[in-house]
Amino acid sequence: MQLSTKHLLGIRDLLASDIQTILDTATQFKEVLQRPIKKVPTLRDVTIVNLFYENSTRTRISFELAEKRLSADTVNFTASGSSVSKGESLLDTVNNILSMKVDMVVMRHSASGAPHFLAKHIPAAIVNAGDGINEHPTQALLDAFSIREKLGSLEGKKVAIIGDIMHSRVALSNIYLLKKMGAEVMVAGPPTLIPLYITEAFGIPVEYNLRRALEWCDVANVLRIQLERQNQVLFSSLREYSLAYGINRKILDSLSKEILIMHPGPINRGVELDSDAADSKQSIILQQVENGVAVRMAVLYLLAGKATNL
Amino acid sequence: MKTILTEKELGLTIQRLSHQLLENHLSFQDLVIIGIQPRGIYFSDRIVQQINEQIKPAKITYGKLDNTFYRDDVRQGLHTLNQTDMLFSVENKTVILVDDVLYTGRTIRASMDALLTFGRPAKVELCILIDRRFSREVPIQADFVGRSIDTIITQRVKVLWKERDGKEEVVLL
Repeated sequence: MQLSTKHLLGIRDLLASDIQTILDTATQFKEVLQRPIKKVPTLRDVTIVNLFYENSTRTRISFELAEKRLSADTVNFTASGSSVSKGESLLDTVNNILSMKVDMVVMRHSASGAPHFLAKHIPAAIVNAGDGINEHPTQALLDAFSIREKLGSLEGKKVAIIGDIMHSRVALSNIYLLKKMGAEVMVAGPPTLIPLYITEAFGIPVEYNLRRALEWCDVANVLRIQLERQNQVLFSSLREYSLAYGINRKILDSLSKEILIMHPGPINRGVELDSDAADSKQSIILQQVENGVAVRMAVLYLLAGKATNL
Repeated sequence: MKTILTEKELGLTIQRLSHQLLENHLSFQDLVIIGIQPRGIYFSDRIVQQINEQIKPAKITYGKLDNTFYRDDVRQGLHTLNQTDMLFSVENKTVILVDDVLYTGRTIRASMDALLTFGRPAKVELCILIDRRFSREVPIQADFVGRSIDTIITQRVKVLWKERDGKEEVVLL
C-alpha cells in the first residue's frame, strides 16, 4: 500500500492503482470521522504548512481539519499580510519556512505549475491544492469518492462536466481521474468556454446543448462561472448564461432519469445552478464537502509515510 | 513447521474459552466483544457465534477494531488499513478484546488507545488464543488464554482459518 509518487502535484501523474489506494484509505478515514473522538495520533510528529497564495474557503478549512484530525502540527500562510507584498520570491518564502523544520507543504497558487516548480527545488512533500488553471487533484479525488459512495463504482459511469471548462482546474483533474478509473466523461458548455483542443487531447465528447448533456449522464458536475479569471467577455451576460446553461428543478424533473448533481463550490446561485436544484435530494454538494476531509486525510497519511524517508 | 493445535484441538479450545467468558460474565447486557483486525476477527467470529448460541435469543454486542492509526510503528512504513466496524459506544461497558496471538503486546496497547475513542469502558479484558509468553515488550497480560507456548524471537506463530487460509490449525514456523 504505497503511492508511486512522493508528491501529489496532479492526477495526471497518478496511476489508477494510486487513485484506488487513496479512495480506499479515505473510506477508513470517513469511518474515523463518525467516531465520538474524530482525531487519530498518526501524524503527531509531522509539521505541515498551508501555503495559500490565492483565496479559498473550503479547500483551506478542509485541509486544516484533515491535518488537525491526523494530529499534525500546522502553520498557515496567506500571501496577503506576508512578506510576499515586500517582494520575496516563492522559493525564498518556502525555503525560509522549511528551515523551521516543516515536513509537508500544502499549496495553492494562481500560477499553473507553481507546485511542480517547488517540487524540483525543495525536499518536502508537496500537495497541490489548486494551481492556476492546471489541476486541483484533491477536488477530483473527493468528487470520485462521492460518486463511488453513491453509485458503487466509477467504472462505466457517465459524468458530464458542465460550465466553464476553459478556466477550470477542477475540470482538468476530473477528466484525468475519471478516464483513468474507467468512467465516461463529457464536457458541456458554451463554445467560448470549452477549449478547442479538448477532444483531440482527451478523446472525450463535447456537447453544446445542456439538455442533451443531462440526458446522457448519470452525474452532472456543475462548475462555477469564474468571473475573476475572465478578462474578456466570453458570453453576453450572466442572465443569458443562466437561461442556456443554468440547471434548475424544471429541467431536472423533465429528464428521463434522476441524475446526481455535484458542484465544487462556491455556487453562484441563480447562474449555473438554481437553489431548487442545489438544495434538492439529488444534490450531493454538501456530502462532497464532508468527504473532502476524509480524502485529504488519506492523501496526507499516504504521503507522510514518504516524507519521513527524506 | 510444527503444529501447535490441530483443527480438533482448536475447536475445543475455542469452545472452552467461550464457556469461560460466559462463566465470568453472567450479565452479558453490558458486555461487548471486540475482535482486533486483521487476523483476530476470525477467532472473535467463532467466539461470538458460540456465545450467541448459549444465550439465545439474545445477542452479544460485537465489533471489529482496526488499530493502524494508533500503532507506535505507523510511521515506519505504511500499514494496510482494515475496516473498523463499531456501531456503538463502549461507555461504561465491559469490553473483551479478542486477538489470535499475543506476542510483544504492542498491538493490544494500540488497540486500547483506539478503543478509547469510542468511549470510556468500565473494564477492558483480553482474550487470546495463543500466548507467546516471556516475549512481551510492554506490561500487558491476557485474562483468558487458549494455549501458552514458549518461542524464540526468530519463530513465527500462525493461526490458519478456513475462510482465509483453506484449513484450520495453529502452527509454529
